[in-house]
Amino acid sequence: MMRFTTSTLALGVACASVSLSAHAATEIEWWHAMGGELGDKIDEIAEEFNDSQSDYEIKPSFRGDYSETMTSAIAAFRADEAPAIVQIFEVGTATMMAAEGATYPVHELMNDHGADFDPDAYLPAVTGYYTSSDGDMLSLPFNSSTPVVYANRDILAEAGVDDVPETWEELGDVLTQVVESDAASCGMTTTWPSWIQLENFSARHDIPFASEENGFGGLDARLQINETAAVDHIQRLKDWQEDDRFRYDGRFDEAAPAFYTGRCALLMASSASLAGVRANAEDFEFSVNPLPYSSEVIDEPQNSIIGGASLWVMRGKSDEEYEGIAEFFSYLSSPEVQADWHQFSGYLPITNAAYELSQEQNFYEENPGTDVSIEQMTATEPTENSKGIRLGNMVQIRDVVEEELENIFSDEVEVQEGMDNAVERSNDLLERFQRANS
Amino acid sequence: MATFQRHRLTPWILLAPQLAVIAVFFFWPAAQAIVQAFYIEDPFGLGHEFVWFENFARIFTSFEYLRALGVTALFSVSVAVGAMSLALLLAVQADRVIHGAHSYKTLLIWPYAVAPAVAGVLWMFMFDPNLGLLSAGLENLGIGWNHRVNGGQAMLLVILASIWKQMSYNFVFFLAGLQSIPKSLLEAAAIDGAGPWRRFWTVTFPLLSPTSFFLLVMNSVYVFFETFGTIDATTGGGPGGATRTLVYKVYEDGFEGYDLGSSAAQSVILLILVGLLTLLQFRYIERKVQY
Repeated sequence: MMRFTTSTLALGVACASVSLSAHAATEIEWWHAMGGELGDKIDEIAEEFNDSQSDYEIKPSFRGDYSETMTSAIAAFRADEAPAIVQIFEVGTATMMAAEGATYPVHELMNDHGADFDPDAYLPAVTGYYTSSDGDMLSLPFNSSTPVVYANRDILAEAGVDDVPETWEELGDVLTQVVESDAASCGMTTTWPSWIQLENFSARHDIPFASEENGFGGLDARLQINETAAVDHIQRLKDWQEDDRFRYDGRFDEAAPAFYTGRCALLMASSASLAGVRANAEDFEFSVNPLPYSSEVIDEPQNSIIGGASLWVMRGKSDEEYEGIAEFFSYLSSPEVQADWHQFSGYLPITNAAYELSQEQNFYEENPGTDVSIEQMTATEPTENSKGIRLGNMVQIRDVVEEELENIFSDEVEVQEGMDNAVERSNDLLERFQRANS
Repeated sequence: MATFQRHRLTPWILLAPQLAVIAVFFFWPAAQAIVQAFYIEDPFGLGHEFVWFENFARIFTSFEYLRALGVTALFSVSVAVGAMSLALLLAVQADRVIHGAHSYKTLLIWPYAVAPAVAGVLWMFMFDPNLGLLSAGLENLGIGWNHRVNGGQAMLLVILASIWKQMSYNFVFFLAGLQSIPKSLLEAAAIDGAGPWRRFWTVTFPLLSPTSFFLLVMNSVYVFFETFGTIDATTGGGPGGATRTLVYKVYEDGFEGYDLGSSAAQSVILLILVGLLTLLQFRYIERKVQY
């Protein structure tokens, strides 16, 4: 009995000292927007980092969707309660970047705190979105994806189609075949219409989405989508909508079930949706194909651009915390951690080393379709039109563009008129952003 | 009387907790919104510029704002009228039921216990263009349902969901009002030869007027502010702004667009608008109420 008490006491002391040493570590708060399995994976990554050393403790916390996470981080900053690291979606980049007193650019952080940091190790097509016009990395890309085409091969076979065409022109014929043979009641649908059908369409055809290198060149950038081939593309979708080759199904991911249920033959969606498609496409064969291009506009398509989110560091923290963040970011960029995250989540790897490691591990051979997005991203050097979009108030601009697309697809306005409205309203927002930040 | 006058401080002390709550949760934020409405500010609050009435001028010249005003008017009237008349009808029917009255009433009150966002999600699932049971049923009847691209259908959906949500609240009050009407009055009217229809309009309805007036005010506040959750979960203000009410626009511009100045100015306008509406209701409609 006595021995039992002593050992219990010893255990208690041991536990207390363990928790004491855990408390001595510098705590670093990380707010993120990854729910479900991805959120669990984030906890796992943080735990492994915390176990790998004893000076710092990363504390991830889930803050709702992207928009909610950004809003709460901004509100927290205003109340001097900001987290050290926050995950911000790609459209919030210009807003974070313009807030110079609030954010700590990653390249500065890494240089100031002695971490060995080689910007060339990162994939330019991925990091380009988050670098300044001088090529300095402002935030660390964390989860990046790019749009691809998912095709229901059973429906295509029934319609007598063997291959998913690479151009929009051929795709039009193929979808006519699908609809007319009654293989499916709808040809194609798309998630995130502004991102896939306008931002990525422009990048892939090397035409500007906005002036000033899509906003990378300065705050006086203005939208140009009402005067480029993007108008013809929206007209094409509108025409396709008339004969059921295209179905509009919402601004976010709502279109995916139309593909899962076999209503639509093709789905354009993020490469990170692969896991979801695989889980839901049990009854049919599917393939992953590159995003089509229009042969009337360009001979060889450019890279597509990314979506997703990156990690921003907030100012007003102690040097110790920044050292911890620098160490954590190095850990996060290491090939093993990156390759694991990439293979688990379906997001793009952010370093060459992680891509090569995944190749060595035969990941792409064992999981067909996973490399389509990477090849599409890395096939060409990004141009000023395909590097990304860097516009202030982009969150609102995307809403405006989606709204005007809805007005077009619901026959409220003509295509050109809708695109003009989108540009006019967005430019108003851009002017306002320019004023608030200069 | 004299005893009361000596206690000048007592009423204030008794009111203090309530006043403190109102001051902290209403007057203070409202004052901040009024100040904010005169500034253009970046989201992080690092720099701001005093712009006089520019935010207001922009709002009133914006096509989207005027459209939201129109949407709000249509939405409010439909929901308030729909929720109140249906609730009255159900209350009158429930008042007459003798067997199993309790279960009927419980079932009718139930939706009020559902949070607006949950109600929205419920309706969204029923009418989801790809997965919904009701939309599939409609499609079988030859009616293509896609509220993501059809503004009229989207409006119908948010109106139905909002009516369903508020009906229970109205039902409880109407039922209580009906039960407090002395049976002798109705019996007297019946003896005088008035049919059920006549009895309702000449006896029941006038005696319900205090309840109806109270509900009119509460329903106006409901449609302007509390339907936000339902709209957010079903249509998100779309397609193309077809279901974007004023309060939804305040949220969108403030919390998604970080345009705090414009969002604050819109809140101020909304505050004035609802204040005026309530004032009008008290000034003109309350006169017709018989207590």
